[in-house]
Amino acid sequence: MASPTPPQTVGPFFSIGLPWDDGPEVVARGSDGAIALRGTVCDGEGAPVPDAIVETWQEDPPPPARGFGRCPTDGDGRWQIVTRKPAAAGDEAPHVAVAVFARGLLDRVPTRIYFGDEEQANAADPLLSSLEPDRAATLIAAAEDGGYRFDIHLQGDRETVFFSF
Amino acid sequence: MELLYPDYKSTRLRAPRRERIQLPRVSTELTGPALWDSRVAPGDHDLTRQHDGEPLGERIIVHGRVLEAGGRPVPETLVEVWQCNAAGRYRHQGDQHPAPLDPNFTGLGRCITGADGSFAFVTVKPGAYPWGNHHNAWRPAHIHFSVFGRAFAQRLVTQMYFPGDPLFAQDPIFNSAGADAERLVAAFDLDRTEPEWALAYRWDVVLARTPFEHG
Repeated sequence: MASPTPPQTVGPFFSIGLPWDDGPEVVARGSDGAIALRGTVCDGEGAPVPDAIVETWQEDPPPPARGFGRCPTDGDGRWQIVTRKPAAAGDEAPHVAVAVFARGLLDRVPTRIYFGDEEQANAADPLLSSLEPDRAATLIAAAEDGGYRFDIHLQGDRETVFFSF
Repeated sequence: MELLYPDYKSTRLRAPRRERIQLPRVSTELTGPALWDSRVAPGDHDLTRQHDGEPLGERIIVHGRVLEAGGRPVPETLVEVWQCNAAGRYRHQGDQHPAPLDPNFTGLGRCITGADGSFAFVTVKPGAYPWGNHHNAWRPAHIHFSVFGRAFAQRLVTQMYFPGDPLFAQDPIFNSAGADAERLVAAFDLDRTEPEWALAYRWDVVLARTPFEHG
């Protein structure tokens, strides 16, 4: 039985193949309920990563949205995806699944975005409540004007929690 | 998998160092994006017919299947590829390698797998090119692949290489895959060559099983 194909880095030139013009818009900007998820991808010295691409997945935006977004970082390491806030599912607080790719990352690193204004749901969430508070905090996006801020620290004191499956 | 591979210098400040967390419950990641038709136009699988003329280089067919570990094919899933041209130059402003751009080659392809998980691209064989990782560093010829699968947990981006490349031994990206690196190397496929037209290579992409199938 074949083992899985190993991952390899996206390298520095993925913008030839991966970005789509409408990739950052899971739902149309300005549409009913649209919010922006935005932030900066940083390396272990806190420097912005200008050659990363952030992908998001959530199940519940109704058609024609498909729940999938992708946005390469700009020269300052910033990304932004316009979507709707997902609903809670069971005892899990609302969240968006994330995969981060970059030159220098041998594989995509999976994480999740939770929402800072869902304190009650977050407190009961099985993942967040299993983590030390300072680690859980790396998964919680702060509400700000028109959306939420979620900075991704690949390494360092504030390293984001990343998952294995 | 260990993401820090110091021989590949860019991993040093970018590879996460803390232990990865096993999700108490994989939920959202068990599904993933589907319905890709609007993302692929007819002809997107043929990288040699995207301009007025044909690109220079050795015309090749690259085909295979997207499978899950265990052998189940993954139908109707998006496969995206990107690559440099036959001279080893990417159509990207960040590529400063003094090799010629080819006005007839962009280096982007897309297709959706068939019912048996199959995909096929027509392209030109990419060239090797130098990079700044270490003294006299050269990347072996490769094609970047992006594959989705059934679940977001299966998301895979990787690189396909060509058999017998003498540059493998000095390439830290290839060697970061360790003993599994040979899984990244396509097989020459005489049966799929087209006489008087193109050589062919076969390469299957095997995705991890979806997490609910573990154990």
